[in-house]
Amino acid sequence: MRRTTYIQAINEALREEMRRDENVFLIGEDVGHYGGLFRVTRNLLDEFGEKRVLDTPISEQAFVGMALGAAMVGMRPIVELMYMDFTLVAADQIFNQIAKYAYMTGGLLNIPLVIRGQQGGGKRYGSQHSQSVESLYAHFPGIKVVAPATPYDAKGLLKSVIRDDNPVAFLEHKMLYFTRGDAPPPDEEHLIPIGKAEVKREGSDLTIATFSYCLLQALEGAATLHEKYGIDCEIVDLRTIEPLDTETIWESVAKTGRLLAVHESYAMCGIGAELVARAYEEVPHLLRAPARRVGMAPVSIPVSRALEEEVLPWKEEIIATVLEMERE
Amino acid sequence: MTQRGETQSKAKSTDDSAAPGFSQPGANDVSGVQDDWVAQTLKTSPAISITTDILPSDSAMGIEAPPLPTEQLLEMYRGALTIRLMEESLLAAAEEGKIGGAMHTAIGHEANAIGAAFALRPGDYITCTYRGHHHGLAWGMDPGRAIAEVMGRADGFAKGKGGSMHFVSPEHGLMGANGIVGAQAPHAAGLALASWLRGEDRVAITFFGDGAFYQGVMHETFNIAAKWKLPLIFYCENNRYSEMTPIWRTSSIDDIYLFPRSYGMASMQIDGNDVEVVHAAVSQAAARARAGEGPTFIEGITYRLAGHMAGDLETYRPQAEIEMQKAYEPLTVLRQKLRARGVEETQIAAINEEVDESMDEAVAFAEGSPWPDPAEAYRDVYT
Ligand SMILES: Cc1ncc(C[n+]2csc(CCOP(=O)(O)OP(=O)(O)O)c2C)c(N)n1
Ligand SMILES: [Mg+2]
Repeated sequence: MRRTTYIQAINEALREEMRRDENVFLIGEDVGHYGGLFRVTRNLLDEFGEKRVLDTPISEQAFVGMALGAAMVGMRPIVELMYMDFTLVAADQIFNQIAKYAYMTGGLLNIPLVIRGQQGGGKRYGSQHSQSVESLYAHFPGIKVVAPATPYDAKGLLKSVIRDDNPVAFLEHKMLYFTRGDAPPPDEEHLIPIGKAEVKREGSDLTIATFSYCLLQALEGAATLHEKYGIDCEIVDLRTIEPLDTETIWESVAKTGRLLAVHESYAMCGIGAELVARAYEEVPHLLRAPARRVGMAPVSIPVSRALEEEVLPWKEEIIATVLEMERE
Repeated sequence: MTQRGETQSKAKSTDDSAAPGFSQPGANDVSGVQDDWVAQTLKTSPAISITTDILPSDSAMGIEAPPLPTEQLLEMYRGALTIRLMEESLLAAAEEGKIGGAMHTAIGHEANAIGAAFALRPGDYITCTYRGHHHGLAWGMDPGRAIAEVMGRADGFAKGKGGSMHFVSPEHGLMGANGIVGAQAPHAAGLALASWLRGEDRVAITFFGDGAFYQGVMHETFNIAAKWKLPLIFYCENNRYSEMTPIWRTSSIDDIYLFPRSYGMASMQIDGNDVEVVHAAVSQAAARARAGEGPTFIEGITYRLAGHMAGDLETYRPQAEIEMQKAYEPLTVLRQKLRARGVEETQIAAINEEVDESMDEAVAFAEGSPWPDPAEAYRDVYT
């Protein structure tokens, strides 16, 4: 199988879907002539021209709202937010408008649009350029949320997301952009269904449910736990956050009896809180130890390398929490 | 001069009739100018890039800039050079991997900050953008602590938590640089409001880029500030690029100083690379603000000589454009001024050497500063 970077996988998915459906267009800052700040939309303008790849001013409220308008009449806009933090700049359009439009119109209109971009810490971008916003999107009904961790999943999911008739937030991670992985050959009908988690590592002792860049951290942590402590974690990659595939997670917990939810955003009101709550609501009998979650410290993300490493919930924190849970 | 430049100067010659240097709202026939301008633009746009068409020297709207005392010019030179050298040191450090994240330098922008800082008083307020190192230093921040902050060290002014994009120094009136384009403008309006509510004569100035113009919050702030006659100065550092996209590609209007006039605001376009012009413009704007006449919009035409941020490969603009702009960059302009005043080369060289040495010390201080204690990460969430 070929290998590609995460960026290239997304670029291919965009290109293929734009070829397939002329209603698909890209809109955002620097996406056209420059090819995107992170070069995700590189060379797409060359192939599709300025009417399919639109460079906007720094007007997030306007161009996100415009994507909504175009989607109302069947176009399939893909909006790039340069940093997913700017969700908050366009928040009215996203949460008061896009998320509610199909519902408020009693289903008379549907909104097939994608908001995509990178989020997350690890590169010292500081408080306003490093946040993870998945729980914000997940909180409001009406927007699906997808956060793939591998190039393979990114490509397959993005293609599905573009074909979906609902608004979808497609969350990339800046630490994943240059990671490499298997990718299907270009132009293959490679579609990964929205709403399906996947077991990325088999194990019998404890289930780690995670997504996005934390998957890589969890995999590394699991390798250490296996080598040093003989603990075998099973790792479920959620891939989609809304709708949550609890079935796959509970199947794993049925095997291990232990659940640890791991993500980079805050534990407070995070996806982990949701997962743990649902575990107690839906499958309390499967839990042989208290379900737990790991998220970042409840502080804004600092710039300093020393402080950023301190607050991000990565490998060491995962290992430490698993060890605590094993002792319980 | 190019066709586009001619179009613009034609529009401006009408404009310039409004003495002294900027038009009072409604005092001149702005709409006529705009119509003419729009008609011309539609004919010519966007064949030519405004990035290369409007050179700073073409752009000053006949603002009267009385010569500043040579002593003050020398101080301004020292200040501008300090900024330049700090930025160069920071770029070098970034290349060595000592700085992460997004670091935007102000190389080429120095005069906007220096001219403005010298025109305002202690006690006045300022907010600015992630491209805010020059404002920080111009307003009196210590370069050593500034560099330490950018490097994420314990001696940084925000203990390494804010970094390059969030320069702040309340003791100097600098209430914060912002990572979100446009977000700092309403903050400055709020500072101006506080000054007005308390009956003080402080003014606020907010700096932003040409790209920020297209954020809704800017326009909301223009309207409120003009309507309430807030003691506020909007200063746009128009470097003709918004990240990697030239501004003509996304702006409906070339001369953005015309926009605020529809909010009834006095506005002017000036050479932002000339400290004396900037000083004169900001002085006039501050005088209006303190006299209760409301906000002024200043568009300082400038040019960013380095990349948008450290690591920018700059594939989106020709090297020739950068070379051409070097003739108009603030330090070159300042040196020309000093020489024309008869300042000896040796005196300039002595300043160069002093600033160079003190910058070496600042860098050494920052690099010698420890990493913050991890416990620091958990402080300041609440006070
Ligand atoms: C709301 C928002 N959108 C996008 C960005 C990303 N971004 C950072 S700088 C920048 C360009 C700003 O251009 P301009 O206002 O001209 O200022 P300059 O960088 O040229 O000084 C963009 C789009 C941001 N920081 N905030
Ligand atoms: Mg700019």
